[in-house]
Amino acid sequence: MEREPVLKFEHIDAYYGSIQVLYDINFEVYPGELVCLLGGNASGKSTTLKTILGACKVKNGSVFLKGKRINGRPTKEIIAMGVAIVPENRRIFPRMTVLENLELGAYLRSDREQVKREIDNIFDLFPILRKRANQMGATLSGGEQQMLAMGRALLSRPEILLMDEPSMGLSPMLVDQQFEIIQEVHRRGTTIFMVEQNASMALSIADRGYVLQTGEIVLHDTARALLENEMMKEAYLGGRDDEDEEDEI
Amino acid sequence: MDLLLKELPQQLVNGLTLGGVYALIAIGYTMVYGILGMLNFAHGEIYMIGGFTGWWVLHLLSRNHQVVMNAAVVIALMIVIAMGVSAFVGVLTERFAYRPLRNAPRINLLLSALGVSIFLQNLVLNYQGAKARVFYVHSLIPESVRLIHLGPVVITLTRLIVIAVTFLLMALLSIMIKRTKAGKAMRATAQDLEMATFLGIDVDRIIVLVFIIGSALGGAAGTLVGLLFTQVDYYVGFQAGLKGFTAAVLGGIGSIPGAMLGGIILGLAESLAVTFLPAAYKDVVAFVILVIILIVKPSGLLGEKIQEKV
Repeated sequence: MEREPVLKFEHIDAYYGSIQVLYDINFEVYPGELVCLLGGNASGKSTTLKTILGACKVKNGSVFLKGKRINGRPTKEIIAMGVAIVPENRRIFPRMTVLENLELGAYLRSDREQVKREIDNIFDLFPILRKRANQMGATLSGGEQQMLAMGRALLSRPEILLMDEPSMGLSPMLVDQQFEIIQEVHRRGTTIFMVEQNASMALSIADRGYVLQTGEIVLHDTARALLENEMMKEAYLGGRDDEDEEDEI
Repeated sequence: MDLLLKELPQQLVNGLTLGGVYALIAIGYTMVYGILGMLNFAHGEIYMIGGFTGWWVLHLLSRNHQVVMNAAVVIALMIVIAMGVSAFVGVLTERFAYRPLRNAPRINLLLSALGVSIFLQNLVLNYQGAKARVFYVHSLIPESVRLIHLGPVVITLTRLIVIAVTFLLMALLSIMIKRTKAGKAMRATAQDLEMATFLGIDVDRIIVLVFIIGSALGGAAGTLVGLLFTQVDYYVGFQAGLKGFTAAVLGGIGSIPGAMLGGIILGLAESLAVTFLPAAYKDVVAFVILVIILIVKPSGLLGEKIQEKV
């Protein structure tokens, strides 16, 4: 018997106003996988995420979360069904403490004792956050905000964690750190769907990847195969073994 | 100088009374602004409706201007029912005048708020007439305890009640905002509404809660002022609304502690001003403060720097 995907897009056509942005998108993410969606600017990556979150108009097709059709449902329902997001720029609540930010991640949960234990686990994973527990979110460095955004998302115990451009706006050193964090969270069993421009970085930690070009999926394969793919090398990966210049696509 | 020293403690008490009331009104403005980014011009009318409700409860519980039950119970009922009625009207305005315009330009919301303000004023004018209603408080607060001497200060029991109730309500609100889950969700929604949605917070319910709390506090202020100045008419919301708005801007609109601080400072400033200036200048003081703040520090005393939302 085939495993049931956590997330599945089936023939999705999505529109922004009257302009079609996604054309017949099909993909699936299986439990425990780290799947990335690659593509340049205006390729439809953000629209794909918005579609999952119910913030985008879908004309045709279906989005399934653990086998249940979710398109057309309000965002709060979709979130309650087990979707968490680390948004672009992390969106930490600036005038709430680190601890409060984490607590809000568990907003929909009522098992307070268990949440407390899990917050403690987050603090073990990111010890610097424990030191900053009572500091305002706005006072954190970029790297600390990443950890906090990740911790906040994990506290909802998501079926699937969405990551929107995790490398965006970070210095190269922080990008490395960010991807290490993602890898670690994945290793601990969280299913992750990541949207990213930095193809080589994303593929270095992903299981599989899909490549989006002007609203269509033009390529999909295992991460290893994509890293070796001639078209990928030419269009998205730049020169071989030349990681520093791969940011610009 | 002697006179000043004698007057000062007295005016401080008066200032705290007035300040507490302004603070309660300001909280309603600042909470709604914090989440919806709109000035709820109908808030003054919510206050006025609170005043009328308080009067109505007192009227129902009196025979020949004598209260028919324990005075403390009557005062408590006046305040609680006024808070309830004002909260109800606040929720109705949100539901029917603001929510349909959630995604419309801000100016539409503002105009809708002005419309609600005019509508409520005229509704009350229609049913209550233009004549002021008088709070017959003499049986509520008997002669023997009406004045309390505290050293050089003579304080009326009414003022003491007003100060106690306003500061109690402010303390309860502060705890609620700081400690409870709903309070945290309210702050999160004010800071980043979309992110709050992504965490599963039901933003619509939070907005309703904000209107309930803000309007209830406004309604309490209306009844307290009725007790203090013993009358209410359909037009009192205009002046009170302006004062509350000034207090909110002074403290930093969007900030709840700012609204409390702004209200108290405004009340003190007005009361102290009449120590030095003719009483007619009392209102001038408020608006001079408003103009100065808008010019010198538009973000207010405790206001957050206006930051780009991503």
